[in-house]
Amino acid sequence: MTEPNNNTAIIQRSLARRYRAEKRFRLYGLLGIAFGLLCVVTLFYDIVSKGHGAFRQTYVKLEINYDAELLGIGDISDARQLAAADYPALVTQALSQRLGSVSGRKARRELKRLMSDSAGYELQSRLKARPALLGASESLWLLADDDIDTYYKSLDASGQGFTGRVTERQQAWIKDLIATDDIRLQFNWVFFRNGDSREPEQAGIGGAAMGSLLTLLITFFLSFPIGVAAAVYLEEFAPKNRWTDFIEVNINNLAAVPSIIFGLLGLAILINFFHVPRSVPVIGGLVLTLMTLPTIIISSRAAIKSVPPSIREAAIGIGASPMQVVLQHVLPLAMPGMLTGSIIGMAQALGETAPLLMIGMVAFIVDIPQGFTDPATVLPVQIFLWSDSPERAFVEKTSAAIMVLLTFLISMNALAVAMRRRLERRW
Amino acid sequence: MKTPSLLIFLVLAGVLFYYLGRQRSLVLAKGIGGTRHLNSLPFYYGVQSALWCALPALLLMVLWLAFDEPIISALVAAGLPENYQGISSAEHDLLMSQIENIAAGVLSPQSSEPALVLASEHLNRLKSITQNILTAVTLILTSLGGAWAWWSMTPQQRARNQVEWVFKAGLLLCASLAIFTTLGIALSVIFESLRFFQAVPITEFLFGLDWSPQTAIRADQVGGSGAFGMVPLFTGTLLISLIAMVVAVPAGLMSAIYLAEYAGPRLRGYAKPALEILAGIPTVVYGFFAALTVAPFVREVGTGVGLTVSSESALAAGLVMGIMIIPFISSLADDVINAVPQTLRDGSLALGATHSETVKKVIFPAALPGIVGGVLLAVSRAIGETMIVVMAAGMAARLTANPLDAVTTVTVQIATLLVGDQEFDSPKTLSAFALGLMLFLVTLLLNIVALNVVKKYREQYD
Repeated sequence: MTEPNNNTAIIQRSLARRYRAEKRFRLYGLLGIAFGLLCVVTLFYDIVSKGHGAFRQTYVKLEINYDAELLGIGDISDARQLAAADYPALVTQALSQRLGSVSGRKARRELKRLMSDSAGYELQSRLKARPALLGASESLWLLADDDIDTYYKSLDASGQGFTGRVTERQQAWIKDLIATDDIRLQFNWVFFRNGDSREPEQAGIGGAAMGSLLTLLITFFLSFPIGVAAAVYLEEFAPKNRWTDFIEVNINNLAAVPSIIFGLLGLAILINFFHVPRSVPVIGGLVLTLMTLPTIIISSRAAIKSVPPSIREAAIGIGASPMQVVLQHVLPLAMPGMLTGSIIGMAQALGETAPLLMIGMVAFIVDIPQGFTDPATVLPVQIFLWSDSPERAFVEKTSAAIMVLLTFLISMNALAVAMRRRLERRW
Repeated sequence: MKTPSLLIFLVLAGVLFYYLGRQRSLVLAKGIGGTRHLNSLPFYYGVQSALWCALPALLLMVLWLAFDEPIISALVAAGLPENYQGISSAEHDLLMSQIENIAAGVLSPQSSEPALVLASEHLNRLKSITQNILTAVTLILTSLGGAWAWWSMTPQQRARNQVEWVFKAGLLLCASLAIFTTLGIALSVIFESLRFFQAVPITEFLFGLDWSPQTAIRADQVGGSGAFGMVPLFTGTLLISLIAMVVAVPAGLMSAIYLAEYAGPRLRGYAKPALEILAGIPTVVYGFFAALTVAPFVREVGTGVGLTVSSESALAAGLVMGIMIIPFISSLADDVINAVPQTLRDGSLALGATHSETVKKVIFPAALPGIVGGVLLAVSRAIGETMIVVMAAGMAARLTANPLDAVTTVTVQIATLLVGDQEFDSPKTLSAFALGLMLFLVTLLLNIVALNVVKKYREQYD
């Protein structure tokens, strides 16, 4: 039989092992947190390092001579002639003046490919605005092609860079331009102003951001009132019966239904049955409303619950009806909490992609939507579309679009947190 | 009047009748000695009038707009000449959309068949007639309803009760929307799935080992046999979810334990929100990260040690999905661990157990049901996750358990089958709904089980 002393000895001997196990366990915990944080940092670093370049775009300075003969404009007041004139020829002429004339079709094509197609449109709109320019010349910074942009951005100190589709002749021209400072990076307004485009240098998130805004407006103005009304009913009026229980079960389940299922709902019921048009912010907003409702209902209920019963009892005590208690006392007090919850719901809706794929919001849309029934796409879908594009320049654009999207999301969440801190009342 | 201007009219009429009703109640009150002799406050009489004037008209408008289109198109179709009758439904749809385009001026009448031009004029005529009738009926209903409220108003009328009853009915309607949504989901997937199961036997769908949804468009076409066995899709989904869980459960659980049991308030204050950032990142961003960063990395490492890794390996998609789920598991586990009563901890420590022994032998078993519930919810989320797998996993269905191979998932197939134009009479399109039904059922089952487990556990210590 072991004596008490022996027991102590056994414990003494095992202590070292147990302390080691304790240390190991703490280490595992720290490793878990470190892994999570590492993922956050890696993700952000990866996106920012890929995307920061897209906020600046390569421009080339050219001396443009608005030659009436080359343009083919006889009468400057004729709008038809102005529209049909050969503006790209001006760009090519300016290029060959600057870089030396080239012979051979291949070389000419390479020369043309230095600049973006949009350079021609830019000249057209300038001439339209100031007809006096015809025959005159001016020096302009014009948008370069995306391949040139990628190459120019990747150049290091020794003059080496990612060549891709840039030919040796083009590289020599770019070196020539660099020598006289006629090529530079400018802030990329195009990226924020334009809609989608097949040409990376002309593609922007303006259209998608507008589509997101319109879709979110519909989502908010539908889901907030409906969600608040549902929460009020369930918290304040619902009798304890089967119908109420059934509603609760449904809300909890809908909160966990995969988002793609809501896309199926939108396709089969809203589009095929009710004939809501495809690809427009209205249908996107409707589907996202159904998707965010559970979130908003759940957070609104929590906000209503946090209003102390004494307020209700006091109001009832001086003769208010139950509806008056809710509308005049409980709702105003719960409003900050409800708004916070719905901002978080909106942030979720802003980042959602999958259900929108089903209802036609993946279309290639160049025009910026002007209303709720214009075909539109949204930011996350634009990111999805660009990430599929083979051009290397689109990787940069995609990452930049992600940065913009994340900025919106983080500011929305920060707003929600700040509102909660500011407006939350402790009873 | 067009529908938007009708709606604006309704709002204006409502406001007008609110003031009329309120005024009338004040007049009535004067006769009996002040507003305190009224049954309700003047405000409620005003709202009652407004409701009487706007609500019936609004209900009628909603019903009318829901049903006028099918009736009009049926009338137009019936008016078409003989040779257009008795055609297939697809041809019929095409014809109707052609007529609508002519009517809207998208197609020019000169280049279209005369019969269709006639039909489009018929359509426009019918449309303007129904719009006129609707306008007239709305006007009559608003004025009748408002007049009735004005006429029948008495000081004894229980206006507040009536108004509150309407409000309450509205609230109930909003709350019931959750049920209608579920019903809509169920109906949409079930109906299309039933049509799918008419073309493809349900046993083949459930137990078939081949998935290649390319059906032949013409009868003589080669290579489009079409196989609809969902087993490889579900194994692919499970494989990716399993990898995700292998990443997320240990990392999420350990960080939750550390944050709840060891970390001081400062570390907790910084680390918890930092981890929650992962939960707020859109899935499309994870997809981009998986496809462009993680997948090439996995491939490089794999080829480095001499393995053949597919560029769309299940491993890359699963890893990133795991990262996405870490905060989900860690915040759920954190809640559950914090809910374990302090007395259990104190008891164990008093007996001489170290902190980690307390966690492993006392707290973890006590929190286990809640943790299991949380993990089940996470699994259901992994199964239903779409964007990561659409962007980083493969398209071709393959029955494999090798995480370095490309597999496809249920959600990938639903998304690819339904993006772009669909024809709703081919099993290819309908199969997406059958997959949706399976996805809905599986996630529903997981959710119900998980929510019940969590609920039961919560009650245990309350």
